[in-house]
Amino acid sequence: MKNFVVGPMAVVALSLFVAGCATKAPPPPPPPPAVQPAPPPAPSIVPGSAQDLKVNVGDTVHFEYDKYAVLEQDKATLQRQAAWLAKWPNIKVTVEGHADERGTREYNIALGAKRANAVKEYLVSLGVSAARVDTVSYGKERPVCTDSTEDCWSQNRRGVTIIASGANS
Amino acid sequence: MKRLSLMVVAVVGLVLSHPAFAALQVDVNQGNLQPLPIAIPDFISVSGAPAAGPANTAAIPNIAQVVRADLERSGLFKPLDPKSFIEHISNINVAPNFQNWRVINAQGLVTGQATLQPDGRLRVDFRLWDVYGESQMLGLQFTTQPATWRRVAHMISDAIYQRITGEKGYFDTRIVFISESGPALHRQKRLAIMDEDGWNSSFLTNGFLVLTPRFNPSAQMIAYMSYATGKPRVFLFDLETGRQEKLGDFPNMTFSPRFSPDGNLVAMSLESGGNSDIYIMDLRTRQTRRLTYDPAVDTAPSFSPDGKQIVFESDRGGSQQIYVMNVDGSNPHRISFGEGRHGTPVWSPRGDLIAFTSVMSAQFRIGVMRPDGGGERLLSNGWQDEGPTWAPNGRVLMFTRTAQGGRGSQIWSIDVTGRNQRRVSTPGDASDPAWSPLIQ
Repeated sequence: MKNFVVGPMAVVALSLFVAGCATKAPPPPPPPPAVQPAPPPAPSIVPGSAQDLKVNVGDTVHFEYDKYAVLEQDKATLQRQAAWLAKWPNIKVTVEGHADERGTREYNIALGAKRANAVKEYLVSLGVSAARVDTVSYGKERPVCTDSTEDCWSQNRRGVTIIASGANS
Repeated sequence: MKRLSLMVVAVVGLVLSHPAFAALQVDVNQGNLQPLPIAIPDFISVSGAPAAGPANTAAIPNIAQVVRADLERSGLFKPLDPKSFIEHISNINVAPNFQNWRVINAQGLVTGQATLQPDGRLRVDFRLWDVYGESQMLGLQFTTQPATWRRVAHMISDAIYQRITGEKGYFDTRIVFISESGPALHRQKRLAIMDEDGWNSSFLTNGFLVLTPRFNPSAQMIAYMSYATGKPRVFLFDLETGRQEKLGDFPNMTFSPRFSPDGNLVAMSLESGGNSDIYIMDLRTRQTRRLTYDPAVDTAPSFSPDGKQIVFESDRGGSQQIYVMNVDGSNPHRISFGEGRHGTPVWSPRGDLIAFTSVMSAQFRIGVMRPDGGGERLLSNGWQDEGPTWAPNGRVLMFTRTAQGGRGSQIWSIDVTGRNQRRVSTPGDASDPAWSPLIQ
């Protein structure tokens, strides 16, 4: 699907370039390619840190439209979160519930609360103490993507586990 | 908010009215196809300056300009271009030459005078004339501090609107709203307030995400939702003192507040274990009472004007729909059965209609229905129009219009007839408007 979008744009860009060449002097030769510096070494991730949770464990799960059930495909992520929380018993987390733009403001606040709670309940079912998992809903107020498309909406329908306290740094 | 010290005096008509020509009127409920042509020349400026200084009429504000803008915005009046006027009004105590105003097709004429008194106060006299009936319909005098002159202009607009339409006006009102700024993925939202025409705006909060403000009936208190303490919670903002207060001490989220018509109660949603139900808090005793016990989403409560019923939204039937229950929680029953989902119900201050957001997939529109659910009509036609709020006369709605693709939100208004859809002037992007009652 994406290729069909990119294709016509490339054609347009090319035809503009050709039209430009027809009326003007040829453009100066492109500068020689700059030598790419080697990427900086990835900073080592501190175990038990926010970065550790985000990169090595996975902090985000997704939901279906107007639903709050934890999806099968996300259970592995939450199982890793539960194992990680077992390893770092001083860490407390907050689960943020988010919704896409296709709901009214208050309804989405309520829906986000259901999603955050569904994540919490799943973590608790895996043995995490309920006292270590708080919840908050942002409704549709904190999108990660702003296009009015299904691809974007699916990214915004999410539950994100963030560290509330006790992280290593 | 500062209260306006104001004296209003009815002025006896200079000309006896012709009973046979009581024709100047506009029917608000029909959605006027032809706005009423009305001539509003600039008011005569008079400076009763103290002996020390020269007369300074330049300091007298242009009240007529504000009245013209108010009446034009209503969609019911067509203020005529002052350049077309033949007669120059030089004395408001003399009847105009009505023929001069009929020639330019004016049906109504407003004449006025603004006098800066030696005591520093501003006195404003105005008269409304029926050009064809050749009679004075209205004459009022206001005395005020010059700083509050725009309110006098709005009160004149309200008086004219009421005299000609038979409905109370809504110009001397304020709007509390959420001011939005910054990129779509890092939106800053602040509580803000302004006059109904967009003037005199100011910010009330800074720094924390805030949503869904609503006025109490005296327009002195705002209930809103804030993330200031981490979780979204209902706060009160006292406009007189600037004091902010978290309403109640609940472990979880509280949201979607709305005052009862007498101002003593706040209905809102409380969340527990992910589930949202509707509660009422009595502001005098701080006691809460639970109204719904459903495992579904129950939110967006709004009182009927008699305070006896609450309309709210719930997905207990499988999708988001509108329900009405008694104020004690008894007899909840669904009233919305039209196409799509229905949310954010708000009962009209007149009691005759409930405004709501129609949700059809991603498109939201503003609609109205009767309290029994009948007569559903969709009014607006934006991409996402949501969260209606009523003008105090129950004939105009404001709402949030969000453009597709995260391109921001603005406040729009529309008549309950579906006509006169227009953008409301705000400083930057804005959402979640709430209309105050007429200022007392």
